[in-house]
Formats: sequence, C-alpha cells, structure tokens
Amino acid sequence: MTTLHTRVLIIGAGATGAGLLRDLALRGVPALLIEQRDVNSGASGGNHGLLHSGARYVASDREAAMECREEGDILRRLAPQCIEDTGGLFVAVRGDDERYVADFPGLCAASSVPCRGLDLGTARAMEPSLSPDLVAAFAVQDGAVDPFMLSLDNIAQALSLGSSMRRNLAAQSMEVENGRIVRVLCRDITTGEDVRIEADLVLNAAGAWAARVASLAGARIGMLFSMGSLLITQDRIATRVINRLRKPSDADILVPGGTVSILGTTSIRVASPDGCRPSVAEADRIIDDARAMLPILERTRYIRAYAGVRPLVSLGPAGDDRAVSRGFALVDHAADGLENFITITGGKLTTYRLMAEKAADLACAKLGVAAPCRTRTEPLPASTLGQWTEPGKGPRTWVDSRTEDDLVLCECEMVSRGVIDSIIDESGAMRGRSMLKAIGMRSRVGKGPCQGGFCGQRVTGHLYDRGMVSGMQGLAELKTFTERRWRGFSPILWGVPLMQADLQEALYCGSMDLEFGPPPSTRDDEGACAPVAKEPA
Amino acid sequence: MNTYDVMVIGSGFAGMAASLFAAKRGLSVAQAGGTGGIDFSTGFIDLMAVHPVAGQRVWEDPYAALAALRRDLPLHPYAHVTDDEIAAALGEFAAFLGDNGLCYTGRPGRNTLTLTSAGTVKPTYLLPCSAWGGVEALEAKAPTLLVDFHGLKGISARQIAEVRADWPELRTARVRFPGMGGELYPEHMAWSMADQARRIELAEAVRPLLGDARFVGFPAIFGMTDTMAVVRHMEELLGRRVFEIPTLPPSIAGPRLRAAFDRGLPVLGVRTYTQKLVSAAEVSDGLFHFTAGSGSTAVRIAARGAVLASGRFFGKGLKADRHAVREAVFDLPVSQPGKREDWHRAEFFDPRGHGINQAGLETDAALRPLGADGRPFHPRLHAAGAILAHQDWMRMKCGAGLAIATACKAVRDLNQNL
Repeated sequence: MTTLHTRVLIIGAGATGAGLLRDLALRGVPALLIEQRDVNSGASGGNHGLLHSGARYVASDREAAMECREEGDILRRLAPQCIEDTGGLFVAVRGDDERYVADFPGLCAASSVPCRGLDLGTARAMEPSLSPDLVAAFAVQDGAVDPFMLSLDNIAQALSLGSSMRRNLAAQSMEVENGRIVRVLCRDITTGEDVRIEADLVLNAAGAWAARVASLAGARIGMLFSMGSLLITQDRIATRVINRLRKPSDADILVPGGTVSILGTTSIRVASPDGCRPSVAEADRIIDDARAMLPILERTRYIRAYAGVRPLVSLGPAGDDRAVSRGFALVDHAADGLENFITITGGKLTTYRLMAEKAADLACAKLGVAAPCRTRTEPLPASTLGQWTEPGKGPRTWVDSRTEDDLVLCECEMVSRGVIDSIIDESGAMRGRSMLKAIGMRSRVGKGPCQGGFCGQRVTGHLYDRGMVSGMQGLAELKTFTERRWRGFSPILWGVPLMQADLQEALYCGSMDLEFGPPPSTRDDEGACAPVAKEPA
Repeated sequence: MNTYDVMVIGSGFAGMAASLFAAKRGLSVAQAGGTGGIDFSTGFIDLMAVHPVAGQRVWEDPYAALAALRRDLPLHPYAHVTDDEIAAALGEFAAFLGDNGLCYTGRPGRNTLTLTSAGTVKPTYLLPCSAWGGVEALEAKAPTLLVDFHGLKGISARQIAEVRADWPELRTARVRFPGMGGELYPEHMAWSMADQARRIELAEAVRPLLGDARFVGFPAIFGMTDTMAVVRHMEELLGRRVFEIPTLPPSIAGPRLRAAFDRGLPVLGVRTYTQKLVSAAEVSDGLFHFTAGSGSTAVRIAARGAVLASGRFFGKGLKADRHAVREAVFDLPVSQPGKREDWHRAEFFDPRGHGINQAGLETDAALRPLGADGRPFHPRLHAAGAILAHQDWMRMKCGAGLAIATACKAVRDLNQNL
C-alpha cells in the first residue's frame, strides 16, 4: 500500500477545498487535496454560477447578505477572469407579495447592499424579455461566476506553490490515536488501489459529504441535504441576472452564462447527497413558475438540466431548507476530542474565499503558522487548467491559431483536437480512469446541441488513436459519458432536443449497437448532481 | 395543376420505397420531404434481429425473429405484413438499387454480422457489396490491414482493432489521402476517387504497409456512383481483397442511397420535390391538397391517395412539446405514453428501450392511420416506416426493413382503392 505524508490533508475539491489549498499555499503551507470524484463534482458545480450581491438574503439573513456583498467585491477585483460582471435585477410581477416589495429597498440599505429602484419602462428596456405584468424592479450588483474556472485557478496556483492533488481518491476510514487522526485510509475508486495518508492536520471540506467524512473520525455534524435542479437555455435570455422579488422560493433566478442562461432552482430535501438527478417533474415546475417573470421561458429551447445538493448545517428543527442558515459552519473538532481535525462546510459559492480564509486561520493557529491570509488582497492568476471551460473560447482559439492538421472534434462547440490534446497533456495524473469524462469536465465537449452524439464518439476515437484507452475501455467510457450527459438531457426532451435525442439513439443504438457490449465503465452515482463545468459554459 | 395518384410524404427509406413501389405499379407519384434519416444511414438494411429487446436476444434468422415478434407483440407493424411480402419488397428494393449503381448483398434468410465504425459488430440483413469483404475477413479473422486517414474524423482504425480483441491479425495504418490536406470529408474524398490517378496514388501509399494482409479495409470513400468499380480497381492495384466500413455520419452511405434514388425515381416518372417538407394538408372533393415547402418556393400538390412516411422526431414526422407528441401533417392521433416522465428511461442504454420509441400512429390492417374515432382517418391515407406505433427500430434492428415492407404493403392496399 502506498503511504503519502503531508503536513495538511484537505478532503474535498469543491470551491472551498480548492480555495483552502490556495490559501494555505500562499501562507507557505503546501497541502495535499484529495477528491473522491472530480473538481466541483458536488454543489460547487451544481449551482447557478451566481455571484450574489447579497440582495437575495437581505430579509432572511443579514449577515449572509453582507458577506456576499463584501466577497462579491473582492472576487470582481481579484478574479476577474472568472466573473462576468453583469449586474442584476430584482423584479416583481402582478400577484407577488407587495409587502416584500415595499420592504426590499430598506432591507438592502440596512445590509449596505447597493440597490436602485427602476421605473418599469427602464427595466423593460434593459431586459426586453421581462413580463408585461411587471410591477416593481430594482437594480443590484449580481454577477455570473464560472465556478469551475474558479476552482481550477485556485488549484493551479496552489500546485505551482508546491501543493498537490489526487482525484478519484475517497477517504474510507480514519485511524485515531490519543485524540489525533494519525492516518486516513483512502481508496482510488477507479483502480481500487488503497492509499494511506499520514497528516499533521486534516481539513474536511467535503461539502454535502462533510458529515460522512467527519463520521470516519467518530465526529458528528448535523446536516440537511437540499437538492436543487436547474435548467440551461439554448440562448442567453437576459443580459443581467434576473431575480424574482419575493421571499426566496423555487425558480426565481435566471443567471446569464456566456451564450446561455441558467434558470432555477428548486429545493427538495433528500436523505443523502449521492445519486441526485434532475427530473421531468422538476423541469416542468421550474418553467411553470418562472414564466410569470419571463414569459419567453415557456417557448425557449432548453439544452440541459442538472441538480446539485446544498449542504446545510442543521441548527435545529427547520421546515423550509431555505430558512436554515446559508452561512457556513467552521467546526473545530477539538470539542469532539480530535485535536487535528477541522470541518468547513455549508456556505455559498460567493463566500468560498472567506470560508477558506477562516478555515485556514484556524488551521494555521493549530500548526503554529503565523503567516496572514493573502487571498483578500492578492489577485487569483488565470491558469491554463481552467481556460477551456469558457464559452466561446473554443471557436476563438480555433480561428486564431488552428494548424492545418487540426480537426474540430466537437462541432457544436468548436472544440478542436488540439484543445483535447492540451487537456490530456495538462491533466496528466488528474485524468482518473475515464479520460473522456475528464475531458468533458474540462471543455465544452458534449455540452452542445448534439448532446455528445457525434463528439463523444470522435473524442473516443482520438483517445484510442493516442493510446489513452485500449480494448473495450474506450467504449465503456463512452457509455459512461453518455449516461452521465443523459441525466441532464432526459428531463428536457421535447421540441428540438427530442429530435437530437432521436438522432443520438439512431447513431449509438441503431447504427453501432452500443446498447450491447461493455457496461458503462463506472456505475457512477457520480456527482450525479453536478454538471461540474459551469454550463455552458 | 396535376393530380397525382399518390402523394408520398417523406424521403427516408419508407418514402423512397413507397415512391418506387407506386411508380413500378403504374401509379403517378409525387414525393416531397426534407433531408431525413436516409442521409444519416449507414447503408445497412436491417430486417429484424433483436427480440425481445429487454433480453437482448439476437436472432440469426430474421424470419424466425419475425414469427416470435408477431406472436409476442401482435401490435407491431410487422404483424400486418407477411414474410413473402417482406421478401418480395426487399428483393424489389435491392434490385432497384443495383440497377442504379448501388450493389447490395446478403444471405437469404440469414442475418450477417458486420463491422461498424465503432468496432462493434451488428447484425444486418442486406449490406452494400463494398462492405462484404469485411464480413468475410471478420468471419475468418483473416490477416487484415485497416487503413484510416489523417484528417478524416468519425472513424479510427485503431479503435476498431482495439475493440476487436477477438481478431488478433487485424492491423491498422493511418495514411495521408492523396491530393488533400487538412480536414477531410467523405463526400469530397469519394468524388475524388472517381479519378483513376487518385486510386493509383492511394494504392501506392498503402502498398508498403500490406505485409501478410489478405484483406484491406478502408473508411467508406470509394466513389459516389459506381463504388464496386472503384473497389475492384483497388483490389487489382493492391492484389488484396478490399472492403469499406461506413464512417460516422456524415458518411457517404446516405448520399449514395439518395443519389441512387435521384437517378432512378425520375426515370420511373416520379415527381420529386426535394428539400421541401409537407407543411399543410387538406382534404376536399375527395382529393388531398398538400403544400410542400414554405414561403415563395412553396408548391401545391393534389393527389387521390397518400402515403405518410414522414418519420419520427428527427425526420419531423412527429413533433413534441412539453406535454404531448403530435403528428406533423394531419395532426393524426398519436399513441404515446401518458406523461412525459414515461417517455424516456433513467438510463440511455436501458435494454428495454425508451417508451417514446413505441409512440406513433395506430393503423388498421391496411396500414391506414386511425383518426380520433378509431376508424381510418381517410380511406386512401396509408402510413409506412418509423412513424408507425408499437415498434422500436433502433433496438429491434428493423429500421430499413420495416420501412420497405410497410411501404410496399401501404402502396399495394392503396392501389386497390384508387
């Protein structure tokens, strides 16, 4: 069995774990980050990609509102490559709670969240898709963030400072001696290899899986799991983030992302963070509700659905998951008799940096490291790891720099063989067993209208050509990839997407008989939830 | 305005077959349709191979499979046609293709396992003669060289060789296609292979790689119109048996079929309106009046009878909104699962197939689609091909065969009523 030694072990490569890896590295503490699946495969990938202005929380959670406002400002300044500073609107339509509307500007002022009332004509001129039944509109500082690029950029800088990372490595058990975790026993879920990790300090940043990880050391964290589904539209419906001006509820936020928009979300209590997936019923519920705000949502074309599970730290009995604090939880397990164990979970994408800072402060106090946090002031360098998640990047680069022999393997999103090769070369040890899935996560492959029907097979062929897969493995990976994408497609199959699904099945089953042959390479519960790369992205 | 005996709606396998059969029976025929399934065809003509799909039982004898199918699934459209009718229809169809430069072959009464571009093998019934060498090579596991090309995507010889671990003497090579660089398209390559000089150059590129190979396989690029002449010339140049494997669409297989019909149907007097979807239909004075195409190029066509062969969703014969599936031309009732949750299964490759694939038109025994009252919508409106309910051509491996057989049946029964 391999044994790895590290001063600090971080479990979970969502935004928080990635931020923590960077924060510690900048303080001179390189760490090892392990992840049971892939980067952002939990809630960090399965969300709107909304950079909250804080306005959504002014009525329910003033502290969260102020954190969002402050962190939003920091990210806009220090990580501009990950942010589209769109601005946002809060709008109410006939029938919405008038009292909530009336209270809103005052509540924003009380949280120092900038908010400006708009006359209805101005609002409709800004966003022509808004309903004719508009009754109120306010401008706020919401924006869009590419969570995948954000995490990869954090990881990339940390790696450059001596940190390291392993994907597909799941913590299985922990050995505790004299009030300390002395060993974390892990398994590579793709190879079955057992890996022993010895660390001075263990940081649990496993998001919705944090309670499970804590339990490996005998610690208990009360958590609730709230699944939210979202829909991606084929076209960008609005220039800005558009929020329904009402008590936070289902289907009340539309976030632009490159050439598409993301609509959601719902909130359904689930028993476990594993295996969630969007459903037909939820897709319909989102559209039925949101069209009051934007009637075009009834007619527009959707390209995909996805779901994520929010980790909510339970503070007692709660009926509505949205009433549980979205603020984060930082737990020093010294109280549980575990001196070298810290959990950081909950929170929001917008506050990931602050969460990392607070957890790193506590970690450094335990390690006796005096270096202060630098992420509040130092820019996050753009990395090459994250660059291919950006919508529109593929076509631009292909046009600018293609060589004669380069081929466009994904025509929907213009991803060339050269781009695939650079992802293969750069992901190196992070490839895991399924190279195709790793490529799908790091690029736009499989995210366009063909739903992977063409590009999946073409990239598979290329992986065979390069010797990255052999035997039946490539076909098994293709089937895994297809099933993974199917989770998102199956809830929105009417109109043109249904035609695409018809074609895809004609190719894969009608022509190639892929329903026979090897089963998918991993039965993946796998981030069931997460689309990982910010869609459309 | 001319009044035709038959209007054929659709230009996939079923539409092409209906036009062919109707014209051969002396009927005047108009045909309209967009680009559809045939353009994405592999060129293989499946008859029937898998039943029950949930058990993934593969049949070598398609007629035995049909007997089991008719017994187990009496609503399947194959229940309305006899084995003799199917065999006669396939024979007539293949003969027509042969007359128009597209040679087809197969084993009477037996499915043949054939190689796909993914490296899998699939059972089919009739296949282009240019692919037959691949069948022999596969069956004998003979020493074979599989060639692919720099710049041609959608087929990887190495993938095929890796997947076919049961064929150790399958070797691969990637060569440059003579006279072309950058990204290559099968149709361009196929046209260029009409030039004998190009074949000689290609043979020269491949010859040093032959080794002990007895067969040489290529992506399907050997000409648009007289493929077997190109294959034979390549065999002569290489001194080896040569065969083609269809690439992922856009492959050459679809355009070859389309070209064969474009040549052969007008000779039989069929009036074809290509790239025009039928957008409206009315019935008055005992005649059908169709509008094909849209805007200033729309045409009006009158006919005494019609064959609806407009396909499924990809062919635009069926369309769906968030709530229901509808038939696109007449708004005929569509048999379908009750709610959208039941349209698709949780797993794409679920062997049972998706519920929506069984959706389609209910018909009487003469393949006349039923109206809302459960009776034939019109005495001279018939339906053929994938739009019919209670079949899953993709999983049962019966796409082209079902299209051709039901087109033949529809035309015959329509002819009796004209």
